[in-house]
Amino acid sequence: MSYDSVRGAAPAPTDAAASWRGGTPVHDRSENVCVIGAGACGLTAIKNLREYGFGVDCYERETGVGGAWNWRHDRSPVYASAHLISSKPFTQFPDFPMPDSWPDYPHHTQVLAYLERYADHFGLREHIWFGTEVTKVEPAEDGRWDVTISGAKSGGSDRTQRYAAVVVANGHNWSPKFPTYEGLEDFKGEVIHASAYKDAAQLRGRRVLVVGAGNTGCDIAVEAAQQASRCWHSSRRGYWYAPKYAYGRPSDQVNDTVLSLRVPLRMRQWLFHRTMRRTVGDLTRFGLPKPDHKIYETHPIANSQLVYYLGHGSITPVPDVVRFTRDAVELADGRVAEPDLVILATGYLPRFEFLAPDLLNVDAEGRPRLYLHAFPPAYPTLAVTGLLQPDSGIFSLMHWQAVTVATWLRLRESAPERAASYWRRHHSDVSGRFNKAKVKQSTRHWFEVSHVDYLRAVEKTLREMEAGQ
Amino acid sequence: MSRTRIFRWREWASPVPPVQREVLTSQPVSKGFGEIDGGRPPLLFVPGFGHGAWAFTEKWLEHAAERGFAAYAMSLRGHGDSGAARHTTLRAYAHDVVQVAARLPRRAVLIGHGVGGLAVASALARYPARAGVLVSPVFGGFATFATALWRNPAGTLPAVFGAQLRLRRGQLFGRELGSSQAREYAARVTGVSAPLALWQLLLHRAPEQPVGDAPVLVVGSPDDRIVPLRALERAARRYGGAPLLFPGMGHDLMLDARWQEPIDAILDWLDKPG
Ligand SMILES: Cc1cc2nc3c(=O)[nH]c(=O)nc-3n(C[C@H](O)[C@H](O)[C@H](O)COP(=O)(O)OP(=O)(O)OC[C@H]3O[C@@H](n4cnc5c(N)ncnc54)[C@H](O)[C@@H]3O)c2cc1C
Ligand SMILES: NC(=O)c1ccc[n+]([C@@H]2O[C@H](COP(=O)([O-])OP(=O)(O)OC[C@H]3O[C@@H](n4cnc5c(N)ncnc54)[C@H](OP(=O)(O)O)[C@@H]3O)[C@@H](O)[C@H]2O)c1
Repeated sequence: MSYDSVRGAAPAPTDAAASWRGGTPVHDRSENVCVIGAGACGLTAIKNLREYGFGVDCYERETGVGGAWNWRHDRSPVYASAHLISSKPFTQFPDFPMPDSWPDYPHHTQVLAYLERYADHFGLREHIWFGTEVTKVEPAEDGRWDVTISGAKSGGSDRTQRYAAVVVANGHNWSPKFPTYEGLEDFKGEVIHASAYKDAAQLRGRRVLVVGAGNTGCDIAVEAAQQASRCWHSSRRGYWYAPKYAYGRPSDQVNDTVLSLRVPLRMRQWLFHRTMRRTVGDLTRFGLPKPDHKIYETHPIANSQLVYYLGHGSITPVPDVVRFTRDAVELADGRVAEPDLVILATGYLPRFEFLAPDLLNVDAEGRPRLYLHAFPPAYPTLAVTGLLQPDSGIFSLMHWQAVTVATWLRLRESAPERAASYWRRHHSDVSGRFNKAKVKQSTRHWFEVSHVDYLRAVEKTLREMEAGQ
Repeated sequence: MSRTRIFRWREWASPVPPVQREVLTSQPVSKGFGEIDGGRPPLLFVPGFGHGAWAFTEKWLEHAAERGFAAYAMSLRGHGDSGAARHTTLRAYAHDVVQVAARLPRRAVLIGHGVGGLAVASALARYPARAGVLVSPVFGGFATFATALWRNPAGTLPAVFGAQLRLRRGQLFGRELGSSQAREYAARVTGVSAPLALWQLLLHRAPEQPVGDAPVLVVGSPDDRIVPLRALERAARRYGGAPLLFPGMGHDLMLDARWQEPIDAILDWLDKPG
């Protein structure tokens, strides 16, 4: 055995410009793979590609690893009180468990510590160029890619490097979705997006309206219930507010117990609804709308405290916002709220500015249409990972995506003909939803997947690629 | 060997209950400039039934540190100074190993002895180790049980019915180890109360394939009175090799008279380039 791979054998990017593109030099990184982003998804891509023997250059525009979980980053969406919504077994990478001594639902600083440990344990940092943003990714000849970077690595100016393949792991929870409202510009209170909400001190003693009932909106409403002088929580539909614990165990573990028995979706929905009715009860008694859908048809909410504070009367549930006036916010049922702080917890939108839309097979609504939500049909050496919204923790899905990408790139090298035939058979299929539930129309739901359905599809893909390798 | 599994329902739906674990270490001493460990991976020693971390701190741990390896030894649940948990299964042992491995500063080499070898073999499917070393591994199955029953009926048979498994001196050490030393060690070997794990051993299922292509070395003695030579050969074949043998030694290679030979061979294998 040699210890080279422990220390990382990938050479530093060379300076020899092998070719030119539109008058600028292109530095050839030969068979190396470029990974964009060093969040959870980029880290597992580096680790798994290295394990399959690939050289990797990862570019990260921030100064540290961890992406969304690194609260030091300006674009990090986490707030001081954020705890996981997926319990440990679903959150951790399948081959690197979180410590037994940590709670079921770790704090966000623990998730960052975990990702930093993962990076150190597997020696990933030496493959990452921090403070370096990818500004352009363009196809070159022979399925290769020209990646233009700017920042620390390139000495501030642009620099273009050529790679054998590119893995895009840029995350989708950093670019705020900012709805427009009539009269917003006249409103004299403060309006922020949840991404700018960091600490409960921002709420203290204020009259707060929280818009949106995703996990962020619910967490903030709960904090406002404790800190603000008044809290309105606006949601445009009724939801199933699942508690973090059920039957004495983390709810997602109970959910997977049922899933492991292959109980059909309808039956699971029935079981869940019944459990909710018997424990939490009918939420319309607090003035919440009745859910307009079955469980699993919107991204799950895991929050035990929201109902508790509704019961205390410290959260006033209200419907959708219609318009803003100078002093108030008008609501769909004609009521009026008079907040001095409005927090739009309306989610985030995926963004791929460095890639021309046709490379990702983007449809009329601006959504990439990809095989397994990862592979663009026309570009076998380009992959997007982490573009998923699972009904469970996402790290293990990212891990298996990375393994699939690495296996695929190896197959192309070792058995080009088999790879080509595999590609012909599968990659044009961009219709997979990996979700038996009929999810509600929303900007956040087109990539909502069931973790089980998605992993089954990945398993099938891997088995097929591995067979005969 | 079975392929790596994506679906681990039991791990997801009913995770192994946590315990406090004993981990002891010997660190290499700096001999001048550069990295103390020369880029060598950390080693994690995992003892089997009846043994705690002490079985490795006696000799091997320090020796490995002297040769420049950061060396760690742990105790599985219900052993040494680790906490006990009810309903201990083989899965819980593998969980213990992966938990400790993932806390080490870098990708580690897992070295398991006896049933610790089986725990390591299973852990290799859950954690991409640098390498695995199985020392006198007990993979279970009926033949191993029959051998144990024949050599130590009084210590083995009651265990089938839920009593403690008790290992005897004669099963553990070769003839060269002085009888007073052997008696002293044997006195530290405790009984094992893990009826579920014992039944699982008896029923024996092949461990999964390692993830991350970890190379695996099997080490043992043809004169081991717990693991027959055939079992060693079968274990090594699984990983596409032959066992490295130290004739004349007993089951407890790390405590027996010529303890230095096997550990040197293991460290040489780890140091070998390529
Ligand atoms: C408040 C909150 C709580 C959450 N809770 C959970 C939970 O409980 N369980 C769970 O599984 N998931 C949870 N998530 C989802 C979370 O997004 C994922 O866990 C995970 O962090 C996503 O990782 P990622 O690597 O895909 O993206 P990110 O973490 O966003 O990382 C992407 C990285 O790419 C970098 N980057 C982007 N563009 C470029 C570029 N052009 N050039 C260079 N670098 C670039 C960014 O700087 C960033 O570091 C939560 C999300 C939020 C917002
Ligand atoms: N504690 C945690 O671990 C934690 C905390 C926060 C977030 N997260 C995760 O982070 C991700 C993002 O969560 P998020 O809560 O920020 O966003 P989100 O899941 O996208 O939720 C956005 C909410 O705003 C609503 N909304 C969107 N656009 C709107 C509009 N124009 N007008 C009115 N309402 C609108 C949505 O309604 P629809 O139902 O119509 O879509 C939804 O209720 C999710 O994966 C989430 O699970 C985890």
